[in-house]
Amino acid sequence: MSIWEYANPKKFIATTTPLVPWLMWTSVAILCVGLTWGFFFTPDDARQGSTVKIFYLHVPSAMMAINAWIMMLIASLIWLVRRHHVSALAAKAAAPIGIVMTVMALFTGAIWGQPMWGTWWAWDPRLTSFLILFLFYLGYVALWAAIEDSDTAADLTSVLCIVGSVFAVLSRYAVNFWNQGLHQPASLSLDKEENVADVFWYPALVCIAGFVLLFVALVLMRTATEIRLRRMRALEMRMRG
Amino acid sequence: MIALLKRDLKLAVRAGGGFGLGLAFFLIVIVLVPFGVGPDAAVLTRIAPGMLWVAALLAALLSLDRIFALDFEDGSLPLLATSPLPLEGVTLIKGVAHWVTTGLPLTLAAPVLGFLLNLEPGAYVWLFASLALGTPALSMIGAFGAALTVGVKRGGLLMSLLVLPLYVPTLIFGAEAVRRGADGLDASVPMLMVAGITLGCFALLPFAAAAALRVNLR
Amino acid sequence: MTLVVNDLTVARGGVPVLAGLSFEVSEGCALVLRGPNGIGKTTLLRTLAGLQPAHAGQVQFPEETGAYASHADGIKAQLTVLENLAFWGEVHGNDVPDAVFEAFDLVDLRDRLAGTLSAGQKRRLGLARLGVIGRKVLFLDEPTVSLDGFSVKMFARWLREDHLARGGVAVIATHIDLGLEAPELDLTPYKARVDLAGGSDEAFL
Repeated sequence: MSIWEYANPKKFIATTTPLVPWLMWTSVAILCVGLTWGFFFTPDDARQGSTVKIFYLHVPSAMMAINAWIMMLIASLIWLVRRHHVSALAAKAAAPIGIVMTVMALFTGAIWGQPMWGTWWAWDPRLTSFLILFLFYLGYVALWAAIEDSDTAADLTSVLCIVGSVFAVLSRYAVNFWNQGLHQPASLSLDKEENVADVFWYPALVCIAGFVLLFVALVLMRTATEIRLRRMRALEMRMRG
Repeated sequence: MIALLKRDLKLAVRAGGGFGLGLAFFLIVIVLVPFGVGPDAAVLTRIAPGMLWVAALLAALLSLDRIFALDFEDGSLPLLATSPLPLEGVTLIKGVAHWVTTGLPLTLAAPVLGFLLNLEPGAYVWLFASLALGTPALSMIGAFGAALTVGVKRGGLLMSLLVLPLYVPTLIFGAEAVRRGADGLDASVPMLMVAGITLGCFALLPFAAAAALRVNLR
Repeated sequence: MTLVVNDLTVARGGVPVLAGLSFEVSEGCALVLRGPNGIGKTTLLRTLAGLQPAHAGQVQFPEETGAYASHADGIKAQLTVLENLAFWGEVHGNDVPDAVFEAFDLVDLRDRLAGTLSAGQKRRLGLARLGVIGRKVLFLDEPTVSLDGFSVKMFARWLREDHLARGGVAVIATHIDLGLEAPELDLTPYKARVDLAGGSDEAFL
């Protein structure tokens, strides 16, 4: 019994299908609790007023935008090494979710930035990095869409994902070098709780947990869809002979 | 491998377009800039380093899809793949040949075009040096992008979408070096970064490009 | 110098097309592949040449001795006949012997740009490449397309006298009779069954 058994498409679908609704509803429930708590039961920030509350959407979506790419990188490596189709399809399934998360982080950032910095957009290192990440996601999705044979597409997108990751990290440093920026330092990390007062921190953690669960549920769902699409195409191929 | 380099250069010369088109494009973009931003010399001086780098980058992008597409269409690529040349060597040479036919002429022409944008006198040497060090990276990254999309029909646009984000670090450090040169600051840090990116690209990307080519030849 | 194929299965687009192929071509011999269009001759030749991975089974011949040739033969229109051949020679570390020009009737065309040749002449140039690269194991996919009867005989003579007689091996997919005394292999019985296990998408079925 090893974890790789779940890399069999049929086993994967059989295992995840009953899980998905649970994950989905749990994440919705957690998000409802976290967002309600954050929006209505935390004090306004002394300086920023109630605008600070968009933080409960901004921070989790920004985290998931990066985590989704990291998940794609790991899945791509697994595909290249072990040739499990589910792994490649999971990477494919995660990309559009990553795009949505990136757009959400950029959007909520703009809404937050307008009253705070007086501008919707600034060429600040963090903002710029996310814009570049968005471009990387677009290229990745476009390459998947352009190639017909799915194994070829999986191979090529995996190579792109690996090379892209190196260049994404490089871009991050380049952008830091290029402009020092006005973004506050990362407001939240699990070990540096002193950055933010507890009252803000707990609801934020709940929101992050909700986003993570939502991401997992969506990836599982989309991967199952991709598997079924592949299965349909495989059956058609065999029928044609 | 030298034979392949010689053949590619010969083809670029005889087919025409290799050297000329990229350079002409570079010139036209630089000529268009003042039409867009106005003839104010002070403004042009300020934006010259960045505009020259961006224009050179776009000119290099133009001819990227020909790196492998022509050899793919006429069947040379599978023949090269079964020849004694390692495919990694083939991709490396293709990157070098692309640089000689586009990056090198762009580098040589850039100082002349610098006059058109009223570039700061102190920046010419940095412009030349940063392009000389940076354009090889553009060619090698481009060869990787071309290898990824060689099997895609009309893959030129897709390739631009894949390659341009990869150009970000080279562009940032390259243009920064020129800007610092123009302001009379020390430009050695961004120059070293550009050199590092170029060396890294030539050390690692031939492997990634060869892997992509093998997949596309399958 | 022997080509040994053992229980080979080849796949196109992840779906097996030919299965259970085993044969041996020994030094100085050729094998002619027969079968209707779409049976998988090209796929088989590309797999033998190592351009695509075998789905199952083994292909054995000494390393760095195989060469693949199809109707797309990598001729550059902007180079002369001599330059085209010299390039492939140099890549394989060989000079271009004068005998090659005679064998393929290219003597008068030596310094013509390849782009100005007729289809048949280009084809002869493409085949002359085989005489330059010095590879012993040839995988030829329809080598005689667009050749006239005279040129076909010329190519067959080269294959017999300059290649096979010197210890070469050739596997040829062709529809016309080359006049070689070579065994033929009909691929029809090896057609992979539609429900054969082992496609790259098998896990999805």
